[in-house]
Amino acid sequence: MSALNIKKGSSSHSAYELRDPNGDLIESHTLTAVVANESGVLARVIGLFSGRGYNIESLTVAETDHASHLSRITVVTRGTPAVIAQIRAQLERMVVVYEVHDLTAEGPAVQRELALFKVAGKGDVRIEALRLAEIFRANVVDSTLESFVFEMTGTPEKIDAFADLMRPLGLREIARTGVAALSRGA
Amino acid sequence: MKTQMTGARMVVQALKDQGVEVVFGYPGGAVLPIYDEIFQQNDIRHILVRHEQGAVHMAEGYARSTGKPGVALVTSGPGATNAVTGLTDALMDSIPIIVLTGQVPTFMIGTDGFQEADTVGITRPCTKMNWLVKDTAKLSETIHLAFHVATHGRPGPVLIDIPKDVQFAESTYVGPDAIKTPHYQPRTKGDPAQILRLVEMMEAAERPVFYTGGGVINAGVTASTLLRDLVAATDFPITSTLMGLGCYPASGKNWLGMLGMHGLYEANLAMHGCDLMINIGARFDDRITGRIKDFSPHSRKAHIDIDPSSINKVIHVDVGIVGDVAEVLADVLAVWKQRGSKTNKPAVAKWWSQIQQWQAVKCLTYKNSTKVIKPQHALERLEALTKGYDRYITTEVGQHQMWAAQFLGFEGPNRWMTSGGLGTMGYGLPASIGVQIAHPDALVINVAGEASWLMNMQEMGTAMQFRTPVKQFILNNERLGMVRQWQELLHGERYSSSWSESLPDFVKLADAFGCKGIRIDDPADLDEAIKEMLAYNGPVIFDCRVEKHENCFPMIPSGKPHNEMLLGDADTQGVIGAKGAVLV
Repeated sequence: MSALNIKKGSSSHSAYELRDPNGDLIESHTLTAVVANESGVLARVIGLFSGRGYNIESLTVAETDHASHLSRITVVTRGTPAVIAQIRAQLERMVVVYEVHDLTAEGPAVQRELALFKVAGKGDVRIEALRLAEIFRANVVDSTLESFVFEMTGTPEKIDAFADLMRPLGLREIARTGVAALSRGA
Repeated sequence: MKTQMTGARMVVQALKDQGVEVVFGYPGGAVLPIYDEIFQQNDIRHILVRHEQGAVHMAEGYARSTGKPGVALVTSGPGATNAVTGLTDALMDSIPIIVLTGQVPTFMIGTDGFQEADTVGITRPCTKMNWLVKDTAKLSETIHLAFHVATHGRPGPVLIDIPKDVQFAESTYVGPDAIKTPHYQPRTKGDPAQILRLVEMMEAAERPVFYTGGGVINAGVTASTLLRDLVAATDFPITSTLMGLGCYPASGKNWLGMLGMHGLYEANLAMHGCDLMINIGARFDDRITGRIKDFSPHSRKAHIDIDPSSINKVIHVDVGIVGDVAEVLADVLAVWKQRGSKTNKPAVAKWWSQIQQWQAVKCLTYKNSTKVIKPQHALERLEALTKGYDRYITTEVGQHQMWAAQFLGFEGPNRWMTSGGLGTMGYGLPASIGVQIAHPDALVINVAGEASWLMNMQEMGTAMQFRTPVKQFILNNERLGMVRQWQELLHGERYSSSWSESLPDFVKLADAFGCKGIRIDDPADLDEAIKEMLAYNGPVIFDCRVEKHENCFPMIPSGKPHNEMLLGDADTQGVIGAKGAVLV
């Protein structure tokens, strides 16, 4: 299976189970959980990851339904298919968790992250940073004579790419929100 | 029912409405209002323990032996932290208990107040769910929800932390009906397609084995009955984990005995050689599987479990059925009958004759002695002399626990209380008191080692105060026997700190507590002494001086598969490599 290098499991839409459930190929998955918006819930979810040695690449959480006291946690994690399945099962059995989706396995999903970049510089470097920001459709949200703060929304890959470009141009600080994601379609 | 009352009264009212008859606890500053309410009523009996760990183990013993949730009540800070071991124990063994803790008043939380601890923070990883209730208006509902969570799905411990001002404040009490439809509703009905697949596999199986566990006990007495029906319908052999003993009778003709690290030869070889393994309410614990890579290499595997995360966690199975064991077994039996299913009788008969050859090895054989009491012999005599009694057994943790599992027979569920997953030394004595409180007229025996027993021996005070005639059957080898055994096998016989030095005189200790003490060291006196223990109407500390260097066999060394079992001392030379030594 690893020879095929099928990273993201679109397997549930395939006629064949292409992924080996016991394979050792490490995959990155975006899981989303609707949870009760109560104190201690986030700690319980994070405790599951640290207590069982699972990996967290990014994590976002915010209330999404005030009337029903529900929040959505979106977590990007890495592991073999068996580990990912186990993380999902462990999340699903938690008393505070209402539903869990593996957006990577369940089909097409949109993923977005917001990031702020502080870039300091003068002269040509400064102009180059601004030019690249336009190409990436980043907004200038703060400006001094020697610095910009750019705001950008996109996939984590796009934000990584922009950060790589800004680094030689005077990148000082980055703040990222982590991934928010929803499945495509109704 | 809606009435105004204080939070403290709500606690007592909610417990009553949940059918609670007994609470194990210890008072302190942060739970005084609740204790004041307990004082003013007679429906709920309070058992004053000597240490909060004891309260939680008693609640576990009560729960395990009745099938009802156990309740413990402790104060804030040290009361709560002392409860942590019991909570973890209950989590590992899926025992439904509700622990109520006091907390400093809400306005003091976070100020490092006297006897303040972040109880919900500390107990989050060792509870199925916990709550800090900051508003009296939510207290009664939270308690009802806690009972629902503890007893539904995979059972487990829950904790409610109640600040003192919340106990004093008044609000509206709501009864259990208020949470008629809680969100938490785990699936109990198995998938019919998977059940059909299992039945088809059972029809075709040539070398089947039932591998059962504590989940059968947790699913209630019905589950054990259905399991017996299924075994009778198929004539398949059946083994069980430590936690599942009693779900199938030890006298039943298909019984292979316990499996696992110190399980029986025939049970482990049947697991290794089977072509169909049917796991019912067990969890492929490392004490069972040994080396994962070589675990039952030629079998297809089915797994029935109420916890979806148990399936494919350790061992990948071919058929996973998420559901309550009792409901799934009822469905399996229904499909079996409806299809007029038949097993592959000639193949299964051949399998049985193979198993009989393994049984003929008589793996529990030990060299008896007329000079010194062998622990196995003591348990064989205990078993023989307690036949016909309404008997419950608890244990501590170690060699004696494994020997008890090997040499005592259990005919029904809920008769055997032991700390399986966590392996908590000090569990057995308080658990035996919890069992006796639930079954005042039964014979309750704690099979103990002297080292484990000392860990919670203060609870003898509780046993005396509440007149629970628990029998403490201590197999005293003056060693931390299982530690000693591992040091012999793995660490070049360097017995680092595995002596029980400066032991108390157990007979004098019994005298000090006001109960009966018996000491024996001659095998000839064993029967008379056991009879004396059984005849005494009160707690007994039975100091049975046994062989000091006896090892517990059979044994699958860590990191070895089932077919590389050690049967006796002669097998042990240099068998455990460096890889095995790092395992526990």
